[in-house]
Amino acid sequence: MTDGKPGMTLIIKTVNRIIIWMIFLYGAYIVLHGHLSPGGGFGGGVVLALGLLSVLLARGREDTLKWLNLGALRKTEYSSTLLFLILGLVGAAASGAFFANFLSKGRLFHLLSSGLILPLNVLIGIKVGLSLFLVVLTLAEFDLEKGADE
Amino acid sequence: MTLPYFIAIPLFTAFLIPLVSRRKGTPAVVLSLAATAALLGLSIQAFLRSPGQTFVYRMSGWKLPVGINLVQDAFSAFMLCMVSLIALTSLVYSVKYIRHLGQDWRYYALFMILVTGMNGVLLTGDIFNLFVFMEISLLAALALVAFGGRAQEFEASFKYAVTASVSASLILIGIAVVYSSTSSLALATVAESLSRKNPLLVLWVGGLFMAGFGVKTAAMPFHAWLPDAHSSAPAPISAMLSGVLIKTLGVYVLVRIFYNVMGAPPLFLHIFLVLGAVSILAGVLLAVGQWDIKRLLAYHSISQIGYILLAVGLNTTLGLVGAVYHMINHAVFKSLLFYNAGALETALGTRDLRKMGNVTKLLPVTSASSMIASLAISGIPPFNGFFSKLVIIIAAVQARQPVYAVVAVVGSLLTLASFTKVQRYGLRGERPVEKLVGRVDWGMKAAMIALAVLCLATSLLILPGIREATLDPVVKVIMDKTQYALTILGK
Amino acid sequence: MTLYALCFALFLVGLYGILTKRDLIKIILSSGIMGYACNLMLVLFGYRHGGMYPILEKGREGAAMVDPLPQALVLTSIVIELGVTALLAALAIRLFQKYKTYDITKIRRLSG
Repeated sequence: MTDGKPGMTLIIKTVNRIIIWMIFLYGAYIVLHGHLSPGGGFGGGVVLALGLLSVLLARGREDTLKWLNLGALRKTEYSSTLLFLILGLVGAAASGAFFANFLSKGRLFHLLSSGLILPLNVLIGIKVGLSLFLVVLTLAEFDLEKGADE
Repeated sequence: MTLPYFIAIPLFTAFLIPLVSRRKGTPAVVLSLAATAALLGLSIQAFLRSPGQTFVYRMSGWKLPVGINLVQDAFSAFMLCMVSLIALTSLVYSVKYIRHLGQDWRYYALFMILVTGMNGVLLTGDIFNLFVFMEISLLAALALVAFGGRAQEFEASFKYAVTASVSASLILIGIAVVYSSTSSLALATVAESLSRKNPLLVLWVGGLFMAGFGVKTAAMPFHAWLPDAHSSAPAPISAMLSGVLIKTLGVYVLVRIFYNVMGAPPLFLHIFLVLGAVSILAGVLLAVGQWDIKRLLAYHSISQIGYILLAVGLNTTLGLVGAVYHMINHAVFKSLLFYNAGALETALGTRDLRKMGNVTKLLPVTSASSMIASLAISGIPPFNGFFSKLVIIIAAVQARQPVYAVVAVVGSLLTLASFTKVQRYGLRGERPVEKLVGRVDWGMKAAMIALAVLCLATSLLILPGIREATLDPVVKVIMDKTQYALTILGK
Repeated sequence: MTLYALCFALFLVGLYGILTKRDLIKIILSSGIMGYACNLMLVLFGYRHGGMYPILEKGREGAAMVDPLPQALVLTSIVIELGVTALLAALAIRLFQKYKTYDITKIRRLSG
């Protein structure tokens, strides 16, 4: 970007390193309170993805790939989808209908209420966040100059 | 109840495959073959158990105005069998065919997502759920069309994507209008409320849905994406797209909406007749001049879908028997034709008919099954195409629409002409071909032989005893029109 | 009423962009605009006069609320269109690699 080194300037890198944990906290808050306030899995997942993307923008591609473990991220993404389906099947086994709400419903307005919705929100948040980030990372790996092979 | 398993099994497989695969694709192949075979077994069992009955499954246990239902009646079960059958043969075909494209497991994962989407469209009883599953199968189909990595495939995939997103927006507006007037999204309650609404509203909604889902069916004014997409895709994917995708996302949804939800309004059925007739003629006329074998087959898909739409528009029992019968026949012989085209392309390295020669000695299975498929699509007895086209023509005459019967006959003659061209240039050309560029191996041969046998076997579906067991319950569900909604609301 | 008309105008802007623009990226953006217009229309259909946001809070049970179902539909629709846009962007990059241009009048190897 500037003067040949990958990523952005030192100020941005330092600030980013502090801020992303706040972004992740905010995203986790949106995901966990999905049954009490707007947001839920999708919205919180997008915030998580944007936090990871800010790392990609600030540090450049190679440094980000060194900092993250790409294989572990991919496996987390796939297993969160499988876990989502398995929770649905457990609902089917426990009370007869697929995705039935079989956990305890708790008290109104508390964090640990409304049964199955909380774990499902968390899984969707992980999946959406990681998918968006991996998609943009894959798009960033394309080199626009090469490849006119038929 | 087994209804969610039709969606859960392929989805589970699709996300299990990336977890267990390394560089080689073998676990992916085994998993997807097992899943598709299980789906075929389940769908045949679903079709055979009590054919007249409708099964309703409530997701999460919520009751009707609030919850999403999965509904399986005879029509859905029939289409499920068709989808699983073509998916299984397509997987068997692609075991070695995809090997030269590399990155095996992604193909199988995308394929299972495509099957998930189609099963979801067939089983759902809620219109927004149908939209979601339609978009899922669209995403998988787009990625599979562009799988080979050549320039034409990306161009075709882009055109398909833009056209499909315009149609998805139209469908979404239609869903918005339906929801705002009937306050419900389930097909059954919408069916019951629409009968009491302003007919202008029904016209508006019907027009939007016809435009949106008509793009997915590739009927005539909306057909522009089909020749590029189906000719650039790898051969087993072309078979899946042409054989089942345009039928589940297009014809099945149109029949559900216009017969079961709206109660067969005559204006729209007349539009189906006209669009069907135009598709038959335009598709086959555009096909005759093609020299690229897969593009020719893609234009023929437009023409055969025209036959199905014409039969749907007739609003008679015999017409619907013809439509349903032609759906399964077309799935069988069009997939076989695409497999043959893929085998020819692998063996000879080219898709241009002018460059091919006589391959009857070198590729016996391909030539024989190609002859069978060409005879079937042209409507020569005793193959299945003859019987379904005969039913459609008789139904058109019986419904006092002789012009459309003549159109159907003319289309059939032109189909015969273009397939004579394919046989003469592609397989029995003038100079015998000396050597082959690639091998057609056991997977491809097995799929082709299986479908060739089915071309003969599905002719048996017209016999009265078998027809009552298989086709008649399907037609009864459709012709019962809004009785479908009352049956579901009663459960 | 004017809100619905403006929403429809937005839809037509998006449609105009898809039909007439020659640059791949502008086509992708126009399909995004069309998607936004549809989502806006869905949310507008959920409005109820005098309603508040449809979230149950302490002390607000039983207040008049707007319809939450179109909002759930719009969430799903946004995510689906996100997926399609990501795929279109990837295709646009690969098309640029192969054809060296973003102009759709030059990307025409398939014809006939």
